[in-house]
Formats: sequence, C-alpha cells, structure tokens
Amino acid sequence: MSVDSPNDSAVIGVLAWAWPLLGRLMQGVLTLLAVSLLIFLAARALPGDVANMILGQSATQDQLAALRTQLGLDQPLWWQYLTWLGGILHGDWGVSLANGQPVAEILTLGVRNSATLSGVALAVMLPLSLLVGVIAAQFRDGFVDRLFLGMSMVANAVPDFVTGTVLVALFATTVLHVLPAVSFIPPGDSPFSYPDALVLPAITVIIPGVMYLARLVRVAVIDVMATEYIQTAILKGMSPSRILFRHALPNAVAPIIPAASLVAAFTVGGVVVVEYLFAYPGIGSALVDAVTNRDLPVIQANVLVIASAYFILNLIADALAQRDDASTQQGRSQA
Amino acid sequence: MTVERSDGALVIEDVSLALRVGEVMGIVGESGSGKSTLALALLGYARRGLRIAHGSVRVAETDMLQLDKAELRAARREVVAYVAQDPGAALNPMLSLETLLTEVLAGNRTEKNARAREILRKVGLPDDNSFLQRKPRQLSGGQQQRIAIAMAVIAKPRLIILDEPTTGLDVSTRARVLDLIRQLCISDSLTAIYVSHDLAVIANVADHVTVMYGGQVVEQGCMQDVLSAPRHPYTRALFDAVPSIQARQALRPIHGRVPGVGEGPSGCIFSDRCEYVVEECSVRPALNLAGNTLVRCVRPEPVQTFGARSVAVGHPACRPTETRPILEARSIDAFYGNRQILFDVGLKVEPGRCLAVVGESGSGKSTLSRCLIGLHGNVTGQLTLDGRPLPLTVGLRDQNARLRLQYIFQNSNASLNPRRTVGASLAAALDIGRGTTPKRSGTVVAKALERVGISPDLATRYPAELSGGQRQRVAIARALVAEPSVLLCDEVTSSLDVSVQASVIELLRSLLDDGLGMLFVTHDLAVVRNIADSVVVLSAGRIVECGDIDTVLSSPRHPYTQSLLTNMLQLPSADAGQEASVATML
Repeated sequence: MSVDSPNDSAVIGVLAWAWPLLGRLMQGVLTLLAVSLLIFLAARALPGDVANMILGQSATQDQLAALRTQLGLDQPLWWQYLTWLGGILHGDWGVSLANGQPVAEILTLGVRNSATLSGVALAVMLPLSLLVGVIAAQFRDGFVDRLFLGMSMVANAVPDFVTGTVLVALFATTVLHVLPAVSFIPPGDSPFSYPDALVLPAITVIIPGVMYLARLVRVAVIDVMATEYIQTAILKGMSPSRILFRHALPNAVAPIIPAASLVAAFTVGGVVVVEYLFAYPGIGSALVDAVTNRDLPVIQANVLVIASAYFILNLIADALAQRDDASTQQGRSQA
Repeated sequence: MTVERSDGALVIEDVSLALRVGEVMGIVGESGSGKSTLALALLGYARRGLRIAHGSVRVAETDMLQLDKAELRAARREVVAYVAQDPGAALNPMLSLETLLTEVLAGNRTEKNARAREILRKVGLPDDNSFLQRKPRQLSGGQQQRIAIAMAVIAKPRLIILDEPTTGLDVSTRARVLDLIRQLCISDSLTAIYVSHDLAVIANVADHVTVMYGGQVVEQGCMQDVLSAPRHPYTRALFDAVPSIQARQALRPIHGRVPGVGEGPSGCIFSDRCEYVVEECSVRPALNLAGNTLVRCVRPEPVQTFGARSVAVGHPACRPTETRPILEARSIDAFYGNRQILFDVGLKVEPGRCLAVVGESGSGKSTLSRCLIGLHGNVTGQLTLDGRPLPLTVGLRDQNARLRLQYIFQNSNASLNPRRTVGASLAAALDIGRGTTPKRSGTVVAKALERVGISPDLATRYPAELSGGQRQRVAIARALVAEPSVLLCDEVTSSLDVSVQASVIELLRSLLDDGLGMLFVTHDLAVVRNIADSVVVLSAGRIVECGDIDTVLSSPRHPYTQSLLTNMLQLPSADAGQEASVATML
C-alpha cells in the first residue's frame, strides 16, 4: 500500500521510534528534578541537628550558630535547595559534613565499585536466565521444570538480605569457610583485585534476578514453540538445535529485552541492601553511612545517582520496547 | 491410518488414501472434521496431545512412519513438503526470505542462492538480492503464500501437502496461487494433497476427492464422479450449502454441528445430522464401493433418489422503487492519517432491500461500513437517516439514531463478551436508554433468540459454549433487540463453514422480508448473488460500478467487476445429460 522508497520509510521508522523517546527524555529530566527536590526535603526532614551532630553535645549555642551560618543552614530552604542544585549543575557536589572530603570523590569511588558489582551480576544474570529458561521450557511440565518453578517462587518471595545471610552462613561462616563474609576492598583499589570479595554479593543479586527473568524466558520460549512458524520449521525437517537457536530464540528474546532492562534497573536499586549486608564499599554503603552521620550533601548526591541510573535503565527499556512496536507497525503498513 | 488423542479418543479413524504421481487429491470437510490432523499425520507429525496410533504412509519408497528421527527430518526436506493455511503465521518473522528458502538445501552458498533465485522466478516473484533479504512481514499476503509454496517445493519433494493455502486470500490472489499450484504439479510432476473446506476450490484443482466427517472418510472417489453423483448425504449436504453465483436459490444448511473428538454417535457418524436417517444407521457402515466411488453409507444410491435438490427463490416482492431510502450517504471521503481511503462514495439503503458492498481487501469496504456506523473519525460527507441529517461520528448521534443502525462484525468470537452469557449480552443491548423491567427484557431476549433460530434455553450459555454459526446468530439477535431499521453486516459469513454460512444467509434473507434495510459487505460474489438486491463495487476507495444485482453480475461493465467475476471459483457444471437435477442447481 505504501509507495515510499525504502529510504523514506526507514527515515520515518527511525523518527517514529526516536520522537517518543525525546519526549521521554524531557519527562525524565523533569522527574529527576522532582526527585532532587524530594531528596533534599527528605534529607532536611531527618531527625537530629546537623551542627549538633558535627560538634558534639559539648558545643555552645554560639558555636552551633556559627557553624549553621557557615554551612548555610540558616538560609531559607528554597535558597539552600537552589544553591545545592546550582552547585551540581556546575559540577560542584559540595563537601562531606562528616570528614570534609569532596562529595565528588566519595561518589566516584562508590559508583565505580557499585557499577562493577552490578555489571558483574548482570553479565552473569542475563545469559544464565536465558539458559535456565530455555532448559525449563524444553522440559516443560517435567521434573526439571517443576523444580525450577518451585525454586523461583521461593527465591522471589525471600528478600535479598535473607538470601545474602543464608549464603554467608553456607559459604563463609557456618558450613564452609571458602569466601569472605565481609567484602573488604581498600579505597582506591579496583574490586577486580579482590574477586572473592565480589562473589557472594554478586550471587545474592543474581539469584532473584535469574529466577524472575528465567520465568519470563520460559513462557516466551513455550509461546514461540507453539507458533505455526515453528511447526513449519519442524515440518521442513529442521534439526531441533537449529529450530531452537535460529527459529525460536530470536523471536523469544525480543519481548524479554525490555523486561531485562527493568530487572537491571531493579538490580542497581537493590544493590544498596546487598552492599550494606556485605559492607561492600559502593554507593549503597556510602549512603547508609551518610544517613547515620546526617551527612546531607553525601545523602543527596548518592540518592540522585541511584535515581539517575534507575531512570536511564528504564529509558533503555522503553527504547527497546518502542523499537519493537515501531518495527511491527512498519511491517504492517507495508504488508 | 489412525490418530488418537493421548486419552485414546480417536481423532481420525482408519483413513486410507492412494495417489499416482502428478495427481491432486482434495480433502474436504467442515472445520473439526479432522482434515488438518490427517494432513499433518501424512508427514508423520501429530499436534501436542495427539499421537499416530498405527498406519503407514508410503511416499515413493519411503514409509514416513517407520523412520527414525534423523531420517524423518530428511524425508520432510526431500520427500514430503507442507504448506500451512496462514503464511503470515507460518513464516518466521525474524528470518530473511533467503534463509527461509535455502535452509532446507544442502550445498554451498552460491548453489543455494542460485536455486533460491530459480524458485522465486518460478513462483513469479522478483529474484534480486534485495528481495531475498526481505523479511516476511514486508510482503503482501499473496506474496507470502508464494514464498511458503516456494519454500515447500525448493528441495524438489515428491509430495506436497497444502492445508487451506488460499483460504485467507481474496479472489484474484487466490486464482493466481491456484494457477501456480496447478502449474507446479505439471512442470515438476509433483503429487499434491489439497485440504480445504471450500468445495469450489477443490473442484477446480483436484483429480480425486476425499470427503471427511468426524475423523472418518465418508466418501472418496474421482472428482468428476463425486461432483456429478454425490452418494453420501453429507457430501450432498455440502454441495447444497454452496451458494451459486448464477442464481439465487434456497441454501440448505446442515443442522447441528460437527461432533467433537470422541463425541460422535455410535452408529453412522453423520446419523445425528442426516435428513435421511433410517434404523440401519445405528450400526456404523463400512466404506463400500458404490459405482466408482467409496461411500460410507448404508444406502449409497445416487442422490436423486432422495428427492429434488435445489429450489430457486426469487427476490422478495419488489417494492416500489420510489420508497424513501432509510439511510443515505453522499460524497463520503475517509482518511487514515494523510492517506485517503474513500473517495466521494455515495449509497442508499432502502427498507426490505439488501445493498451489497463488494471489493477486494484494501478496497475500503470495511472503512465504508465503519463510516456509516460512525466508528471512523476521520471522515467528511453527508449522512441522512429517514431524511434527517445524521452526525458523522457515533458520539454525536442521539439514542434513537444509534438504536436504528446496528452493526454485525465478521468475527462473532471477538464481538461477543466472553464473560457474559448470551442472555446478558442481549439484555445489555436492550437496556441502553430504556428503563426495561427484567421480566420484559427476558421476553424480548427470548423472542430475539427465537427469531434467529436459537433456543431461548441457550440464553444462559457463554459464547465459548456455542458453535461458530450459533455465535454469529447471537450477534445478529443482539442487533435485533434494538429494533433497528438498518443492519450493517461486515463480512459476517467470511469466517464460517459453507454449511453454517448457508444458515446465516437464510436468516438474513428472512430479516429482509421483515422490512429491514441491510448493507452487506463482502468479497464473495456468490454470497452477494444470494442475498443482495443491488450492489456497489468498490475499488481502491472509489465506486466503479453500481446497480441492480442481476444487471451487474450478468453483464458487468467495469473491468474490475469483470475480473472479480472471472476469478470467482464455482463448482464446475457436471455432465448435464447424466444428471439433470445437478445441472439446474449449478
């Protein structure tokens, strides 16, 4: 029906795909602004006076007042917020109240360590989910499949810190003593220099992710295997492995990719709990420490980073879902 | 050959076929008669939950059911090939045409590529590299089916099995695909088994025919013999249900429905629906030779012994032509985005008369009916109902206008709410805008159901518990409870078996006699001949021809109408001298 040249329709296809994304991007920037405001207010709402916390119980009223003026805490809230936001836009994240270290420094270290942990976890999680899901689908309704479904139910019902604690008991403290219970990585060193410190935190993140994603893979593979084009491939005399890898998987993976990006986003958020559990020096641990110390600039910076990571991964999920839609519609309009 | 369900219920029972090289066997029957299961079993394949219990399939020297897995795969590549009904679903959307075509071949890339180009030329498609790199979704339905056929024949199999390969295609595409199949059978000395519910298609391609019902062969023989002298009452009932394009005639639906797996009567499988059932039918008859054909019936006499076959019916008493049209449309233009779908379309629907809108897919006929009911937003033009202007979108119409125009969709499965009983669906249509008491609505619902020939007892059932034909009747009943003056029917019979289609057409005719105006959208000219009084032919969004049904169908003036008529498949006339009653019917 369409008489456009292939080039034109390709351009239209890209536009149809990119336009809504630009909208999403703008929306995302606004969301992050709103998040920054919320973080700011929440941090201010924490009980306890910052000046008191820094100077200790023995400080005089004058000393406290002087410190508050120095930190800008006597200014109106909106002014404090704008100053902070303006600083971030200039690349100035402020200085830690607890130890005077620039926030940017703390952040760089934390982000590197957390990104390593999440990266390693995802690099194992995604292929493993695919493998487990495909195997479960192949043995549909058999023992392996039921075992997997039962295990995934349990794994998804149990919170991360319980999984982590059980793993520590199994591999670090009670049963075996093969891995460290606490992931000690000196500041400035790469986590890859301490691989055994990475193992337990990574596994704690991987288990629920695999159990969730593999279920999706399993259903997608079962759906695809029931389609007429797979039946056609069987009737064309294709070998089972070719049917699985060439005919079924490309179709089964497409609907899972957006879900996988969402799981990645959840992983980044979930890393906070796991880092705390293993005392792994990432943004999660930094955040928990900062909350304990009422270290407002560090709290704000950390939460903003986590929110941004979450947002970016969500944006990727949307982009992938949108591209699928766009290509489907394009195909239809040409049919 | 026997195929059974995992619980042992027989899906197809003791079926035998034999074909010589180059011949085409047609397998015909209603949906649920086991013909697709048979087609798949011939490739040694059974759907999930079924298994081939025993039997043998010998193609050339290979017995398909005795092979191990690897041999079976090789046989499916080189000996028997399969073409599925819906090429849109049967072609993997992620693979290029080149991969789809060449993956069955052995040899290096250049050889495969050369063979792919050769086969593309043979099926009448472009053979350049950019075409080979396309994905199935970038092709039209007709092109997809050509690719599916090319994919089946590229490895030069001995036997090709086609499962309803033309059912989803419109008439001219269907004619081209059928030509291709015939040509391949001759040029490659290919033997083919052609499965279809459409007798007209089978009659046009097949040398032999097997009529299946309830998983059994009820009649089998040479096409010519079965066509001129159908012996089994079921075969004859199928013939009687096919509408003819030559004349308007009484269509005789087969009452009842195809039995589910393991549900058939213990005697003759057709006995519960057969009009000529006698006492001996309580024992299952064997397949016996009668004349030149095999028939599973205790009385395999030629059909004329059962009485006259066809009754021509006239048009309802012609009302004066000056009757005011109920619904009138003038200069309708409709758009999808920037693309114009309809150009300056005008039509009139008169009481007691049926106006057919005919065209191929993409001609804009469905858009037109959606414009009339007010579901298409992007439209300009004028509509009048009883001489008063009618707003173009349904949201702006008053209650009375909405009730007087009712719409019936092609797919009754999707248009009835699956979570509502039939009665509740009808009552909901009744409630709109009128405070009715439950008691009165009960009687109205019962009356509407009776009007469409459905027992009011079925009001408590859910749509899924009904057969396709019953569901479409319920959809019609739902339109009737609003006491409309115009029914807009959008391809209402397209997804139905011929036997069920016959009953729906008979029902719609009787509604015309009640004085309803009707707009009937379809691509099937034989159906048009049997229901419409006047016709509008739509091509690429423009009316190319309109007028009285007899004038348009017997002497079409526009080339497009002529090509539609040429591509119409009909049951070919049987030998007139041998079988007078058949000749009158055809």
